[in-house]
Amino acid sequence: MALDQAKREFRQVGTRPNRPDGVDKVTGRAQYGADMTAPGMLTGAILRSPHAHARIVSIDTSAAEAIAGVRAVVTGVDFTPQEDNFLRDVQENCMARDKALYDGHAVAAVAATSPAIAKAALKAIKVVYEVLPHVTDVDAAVKPGAPIVQAGRALENVPAGMSENVTNACEFGHGDLDAGFAKADLVIERSFKTAATHQGYIEPHACLASFTADGKADLWCCTQGQFFVRTLCSAIIGMEASQLRVTPSEIGGGFGGKTTVFIEPVALALSKKSGRPVKIVMTRDEVFKATGPTVSSSMDVRIGMTKDGRITAGEANLRYSGGAFPCGTCDMGAQAAFAAYDVEAVRTYGWNALTNRPKEAAYRAPGAPQAIYAVESVVDELCQKLGLDPLAVRLKNAAHKGTLSSYGPTFNEIGLEATLEAAKAHPHYTAPLGPNQGRGLSCGFWFNFGGNTCVSLNINTDGTVGVTEGNPDIGGSRASISLMAAEELGIPYENIRTIVADTNSLGYNDVTDGSRVTFSVGLATIKAARDAIAKMKARAARFWGIDEEAVDWVDGAAVPAGPNAGKFPPLTLAEIAATSPQTGGPIAGHYEVNVDGAGVSFGVHLVDVEVDPETGATKVLRYTVFQDAGKAVHPDYVEGQMQGGAVQGIGWALNEEYIYGADGRLQNPGFLDYRIPVASDLPNIETVILEIPNPGHPYGVRGVGETPIVPPLAAIANAVSRAAGVRLTELPMSPPRILKALKG
Amino acid sequence: MKSLHISTTINGDPVEFICDPDEPLLDVLRNRLHLTGAKEGCGTGDCGACSVTLNGRLVCSCLVLGAEAQRAEITTIEGMAEGDQLHPLQRAFIDGAAFQCGVCTPGILVAAKALLEKNPSPTDEEVRYWLAGNLCRCTGYDKIIAAVQVAAAEMRSA
Repeated sequence: MALDQAKREFRQVGTRPNRPDGVDKVTGRAQYGADMTAPGMLTGAILRSPHAHARIVSIDTSAAEAIAGVRAVVTGVDFTPQEDNFLRDVQENCMARDKALYDGHAVAAVAATSPAIAKAALKAIKVVYEVLPHVTDVDAAVKPGAPIVQAGRALENVPAGMSENVTNACEFGHGDLDAGFAKADLVIERSFKTAATHQGYIEPHACLASFTADGKADLWCCTQGQFFVRTLCSAIIGMEASQLRVTPSEIGGGFGGKTTVFIEPVALALSKKSGRPVKIVMTRDEVFKATGPTVSSSMDVRIGMTKDGRITAGEANLRYSGGAFPCGTCDMGAQAAFAAYDVEAVRTYGWNALTNRPKEAAYRAPGAPQAIYAVESVVDELCQKLGLDPLAVRLKNAAHKGTLSSYGPTFNEIGLEATLEAAKAHPHYTAPLGPNQGRGLSCGFWFNFGGNTCVSLNINTDGTVGVTEGNPDIGGSRASISLMAAEELGIPYENIRTIVADTNSLGYNDVTDGSRVTFSVGLATIKAARDAIAKMKARAARFWGIDEEAVDWVDGAAVPAGPNAGKFPPLTLAEIAATSPQTGGPIAGHYEVNVDGAGVSFGVHLVDVEVDPETGATKVLRYTVFQDAGKAVHPDYVEGQMQGGAVQGIGWALNEEYIYGADGRLQNPGFLDYRIPVASDLPNIETVILEIPNPGHPYGVRGVGETPIVPPLAAIANAVSRAAGVRLTELPMSPPRILKALKG
Repeated sequence: MKSLHISTTINGDPVEFICDPDEPLLDVLRNRLHLTGAKEGCGTGDCGACSVTLNGRLVCSCLVLGAEAQRAEITTIEGMAEGDQLHPLQRAFIDGAAFQCGVCTPGILVAAKALLEKNPSPTDEEVRYWLAGNLCRCTGYDKIIAAVQVAAAEMRSA
């Protein structure tokens, strides 16, 4: 669906009304995953492996089952093995079968009449393990002789002779690298490492499953995608999709981490076995140990540049580890690495290696922050060594309309140059810096996604409107969807209520991911509104006795047009709605689509830091985010995405990391030791929204959720490196690492 | 373990409940009294999502025992609005889009109210340090700090 060239004036889109779920959320009434209850509900709890890698020799649950109040116990044998690799991995990540593959891997679960009894039952389960050698570091995992996490999982494109832990390989790019590097005046090659980080949503995973004796089930859970939960759970439990209704609760943050299942199939299995509703709520320790962090990475990047700042060639080798299961995130990293640049010769290679870590889950632009951190760090060092302005060099090499992108497609309308120009013109870029201070910048990129989407829009007889959509509202999307419906229908925002439906109320909607909701659900809402408008125009035409084609929709009312213009007074939406029982019955608009044309997203971040040479601590002094939103539907929530993503990136750059001991166990599974940014760590995060319309959306909307986490890693690394006078190549840049670098 | 019978006041209402001696106040509020506005984000006092006040003092209810509520006065997010009148902080948070997912919001509102009762004119830095025990992963805190200041200004002029 193409951009409406005529539709560039908006009455409601672009304003900042209050979100419809606001009062619920400030009064404590909003119901999140752990807030659901059911009569007769049991407490579910999960026993987890204390070993990084171990064969499960036997599990004796008899003592646990004998405890009064224990109503069900399940282990891996209660789940039918899956033939499909993807499903098998999801299932075995929820419940180990033959081997425990990481510290925290689920091996058994109980349902009991109280949390205390459930806890006692877990203690009474006897698991005999044969502890196996483990590997948690990506570089160690690809060395000859490394412990094999899972055998036989390499895809066909992995070259022979590599470690069996290497499961995926990919290559992207174009042009003659040797010729490109030969044209360069300076070539720099550096190696980088980034730690795995966690999405860090404040709400732990929680669900309530209720399986009844006739084989039907209801599942309430906090998820980014109820339909995908239904797909996974119905396959794992072995039931038809129609028999499982999944209702999403309010979601307490996800950032990609709630796009899959961890506890939901276990709760369903326990409920099926016990005949009672079962609720499972993860502890924070379980969230860190057993839900998806990002990949960890080890990367080599080589870039050549001429004296005047033209990039002649770029090459990246990205070694990612998505934990104990195959993971394709290296593909996205390899595609994104050089996306910001118009380069004649570019090649990226990605690899994934298995390690004894939890299975990777998506985290905001998965794979891109790491790769772009490495590329943008080398670009910055080239600028330093050649004495060039880093913003001017980005502008000189920026991808634009018509650029053959580093990952294949040719770019359409994109906002990178405009975003860089906005950064150049901003007072932040030329503000003075003090001693031990440095300024860094980085470009960021994300593909964005459209996907399967359907929306129903019901015209109520009192002239109000209900919009039913299928994507959990993770950051204010119900407000944005209502705004687009109001804009299209020409009625006040307050007259619209948008809800997120269960899996029985709509067709399949893809997960809330890929920055797709405001774009895709917005597009479907606009089309559903146009469908309803067409039906309302038909009712008016019949009432007036004129052709449907001779009716226009103006300011929320049908008006006679053409030769009939002015012949009849307008019929408002409310008037048409009120008479609908007499004119043909209820009026509703629908739209179903697999959306294309998401429109890629670029951002530029500018940051000033001060590094304390005595402690190695870094203080972020000033931060400005520039990003192309296409069209900002509700600017508050666009800014919120830009600010929140930037701060998650600040945490990734400076503090956050999964720390494993020599025993392969996670040493910091809590918010005290896995320190996410707190309010006192941060300055205000300034935002500048650019609006370069996306040709693939009627209002020009682009997704904005993911790009903001991409630039901070390199922007801060570049600022710290300039402040410290030494190039930092490993994240996080924690005080000990900075001190070590300062001492050389 | 023998259960305890506790008499307390929550949001001005007399309340009685039975709890285990080792049961956190947060579990009592959520599971026994169905006051689910306080959230468990960590259970170890690191995230502040379970913030309530106990005799006027801001506490993490996951670190307080239910038994400590005996003859105490507890206020939770459910007691912040007066009838259908939202507290200025609640209004400022909605008007200023100071939350995205909203799961940390009850704790942050309770904590911010405790701050403004002690210090009606905090600097931004004072707000940031006071709220350093309340984790928010969505917003980057920017709009939260601004909303607290809007509410503080309104409350000063009231």
